[in-house]
Amino acid sequence: MTFINYASREINCKIVYYGPGLGGKTTNLQYVYDKTAPSAKGKMISLATETDRTLFFDFLPLELGSVRGFKTRFHLYTVPGQVFYDASRKLILKGVDGIIFVADSQVERMDANIESVSNLEQNLKLQGYDLMKIPYTLQLNKRDLPNVASVDDMKRELMRKGEPVLEAVASTGIGVFDTLKAVAKQVLIELKKG
Amino acid sequence: MTTSDMIMYEEEYQRIKTIITKLRTESNAKLVFLVDKNGQQIAAQGDLENLDATSLASLTAGNVAATDGLAKLIGEKEFSILFHEGERDNIHISIVAQRVILVVIFDNRSSLGLVRLRVKKASSELTDVFERVVKKINHERESGRLDVESPFAEITDDDIDNLFTN
Repeated sequence: MTFINYASREINCKIVYYGPGLGGKTTNLQYVYDKTAPSAKGKMISLATETDRTLFFDFLPLELGSVRGFKTRFHLYTVPGQVFYDASRKLILKGVDGIIFVADSQVERMDANIESVSNLEQNLKLQGYDLMKIPYTLQLNKRDLPNVASVDDMKRELMRKGEPVLEAVASTGIGVFDTLKAVAKQVLIELKKG
Repeated sequence: MTTSDMIMYEEEYQRIKTIITKLRTESNAKLVFLVDKNGQQIAAQGDLENLDATSLASLTAGNVAATDGLAKLIGEKEFSILFHEGERDNIHISIVAQRVILVVIFDNRSSLGLVRLRVKKASSELTDVFERVVKKINHERESGRLDVESPFAEITDDDIDNLFTN
């Protein structure tokens, strides 16, 4: 749910990083945080376990500048990827404007990716959204690892609707901003439609 | 997707600020703020200087969402009030008009009883304002004026690219 504040001339959008556990969602957010000028970002919040696994969500507010005199803010969230945190994942999808699916490219994680995409579809439906209609980008993460599935195979298994697909290595930042940009663009185009 | 978008206009924003300013004074609170259920801050009143308001908004919304989930699990519709008691400061959280979260932070210069009393009154005033906002949005949407007034109607690819060049 985009929040347009005419009084303070601000617009806030919510982007959620979704995907299987240990796929690199938090790493994406951490890279965006590290590379953004202090003036353009807020504090990054991580509600994580003692072993740094996401427990509830990570949150990063990002100020991208002005469009037509309106300050544009993106609130980036990650969900906990582990299967048993499904109740938390549903909550975080509330009011989402755009989704980035962070897929783990390792061959042995393909089943987890597939399960997570269908979990996303189901949870979106529960919140009254349709994956086919919502701004959505697929990120193939960890492309630097030796045991990765081919891009074609991953596209075939995971793509849902001709969404932008980006290869990434979130730990070094490759593809991180491009992915964010791809989904932000779709969100702003949705706004244009009114 | 955008049918449930929240839009805040100047007139209602000023009215909301008046209500929460009054609430803060009458309840002797340090800070009063309003957040929507998705964690976007709507308005705030009080000592914000040493506080990360954006994080506060996001965590409050997460807290309310998790508590809502708990309520549903045990068959309750919602827990309409949350209260966190600290050594110095306390947080009182309540839901207004089913979609907005009202947060009051207070210390020992006030009391839970006083805060609850004042929050109740302010909630009913805020409910009126938010119902008016929803009506206004629906009316403008139906009459087609919303599209014309959208600041994003004229947005270009260059505008979007520019956001990411900094």
